[in-house]
Amino acid sequence: MFFRITQRDLLLAMRRRSDVLTTLFFFVIVVSLFPLGVGPEMSMLRTMAPGVVWVAALLASMLSLGRMFSSDHVDGTLEQMLLSPQSLSLLVLGKALAHWLVTGVPLVLMAPVLGIQYDLSADSLLVLTASLLLGTPVLSLIGAIGAALTLGLRGGGVLVSLLVLPLYIPILIFGAGAVEASAAGLGAAAHLSLLGAFLLAAVVLAPWTTAVSLRISME
Amino acid sequence: MGRKTSQGTQYLDMAINWFKYSSPASFYFLAGKMIPLFSVAAVLFCVVGLYIGFFVAPTDFQQGEAYRIIFIHVPAAWMSMFLYVVMAVWAGIGLAFNTRLSSMVATAIAPTGAMFTFLALWTGALWGKPMWGTWWVWDARLTSELILLFLYIGFMSLQAAIDDPRRADKAGAMIALVGVVNAPIIYFSVKWWNTLHQGATVSLTQSPKMATTMLTGMLIMSIACWMYAIAVILIRTRAIILERERHTSWVGELQGAKS
Repeated sequence: MFFRITQRDLLLAMRRRSDVLTTLFFFVIVVSLFPLGVGPEMSMLRTMAPGVVWVAALLASMLSLGRMFSSDHVDGTLEQMLLSPQSLSLLVLGKALAHWLVTGVPLVLMAPVLGIQYDLSADSLLVLTASLLLGTPVLSLIGAIGAALTLGLRGGGVLVSLLVLPLYIPILIFGAGAVEASAAGLGAAAHLSLLGAFLLAAVVLAPWTTAVSLRISME
Repeated sequence: MGRKTSQGTQYLDMAINWFKYSSPASFYFLAGKMIPLFSVAAVLFCVVGLYIGFFVAPTDFQQGEAYRIIFIHVPAAWMSMFLYVVMAVWAGIGLAFNTRLSSMVATAIAPTGAMFTFLALWTGALWGKPMWGTWWVWDARLTSELILLFLYIGFMSLQAAIDDPRRADKAGAMIALVGVVNAPIIYFSVKWWNTLHQGATVSLTQSPKMATTMLTGMLIMSIACWMYAIAVILIRTRAIILERERHTSWVGELQGAKS
């Protein structure tokens, strides 16, 4: 059932490919705007790169949160999911996985290319990609809680950013910190381990919290 | 022997039936009696605390007179953190036991908590300018206080966006609980981030020993803040009760008695 949900969401995403591309291009555009704002000096860009890429990834992943439950809510599928004997947490985990595959993975794949624009070294590019690989699933999982709570509310899109962005802060700190630490010669292992710990904690706790939130929003 | 006459259920308990005041109707009148008490206490403690702070406490040999802002700053910072936990606890109780009053109290706490957070940030900036020559440093404590303000704002705007009060209560409780679980993680990550960057050149640590009068003044001021917070929260809870229970007969009787 878990994979069935993921498969279905992926299929739906493929049918509306432009949504996926919009998120990705948003990410690319935001990252490309920064040099235009602060100037093309390479040494400064190099120090800024991890933070810029991570903040843009946060925003891009947040922008697409609205779609996670809203279309299912509108056509009544979500109600059927709530009524089904399957564990709702598991269904939510499936949907979060689909969200990550659709929005997170393209960002991870795109990040090295954008990192080259910022003149990052090969090591830093590797660490940046690894940190995004570990961090973006957490963004999808935490974001699911916000998406569930703001389901069907007016101004939900802005509201979800108010709720979710403060919770993203640890991911941002350790994600961007990993690249900086490796560039400073400290090694990124500690940061990446913490990101992994966040991922494990989020996989256990977030789907359950999201399921409770969905029941609150749908009752 | 307590006999619960209003609901018609009858059971015995040892001394007082505490659950009597979990009903909004009886709490409304209890709160009405408590508000003057706490308001007077707040004013008294505030006057005494400020007097000690401004006239009795000695001038700091390092920081001069400017340090006196701690008599407001530190109690406000304490309150901002305490109130978030208290709010999350009440919201959690409301979610778990489906008690309406606890959720109303949680809703009533949020604006006061946000106010204290803002006050702590604002007085911190005013203190920072003469001490460190800057309004703001990305110090771990300042940053996490700012994030706490964001958490309060998120809670309040979520509740404001939901029309159905029951859903607002429960959704607010969820986000408050998620926030309270996250708060230590956020705090420590900000702290590590800060030490990694070594950005702040000034340390917030106090001069080693604080004069007893300073400590007394600060403690009295924090009692004053507690009293103020309780009084304001009770007033706000009463307003929320009236708003939500406006269709009930007892509120109708209340209005009839007034006019």
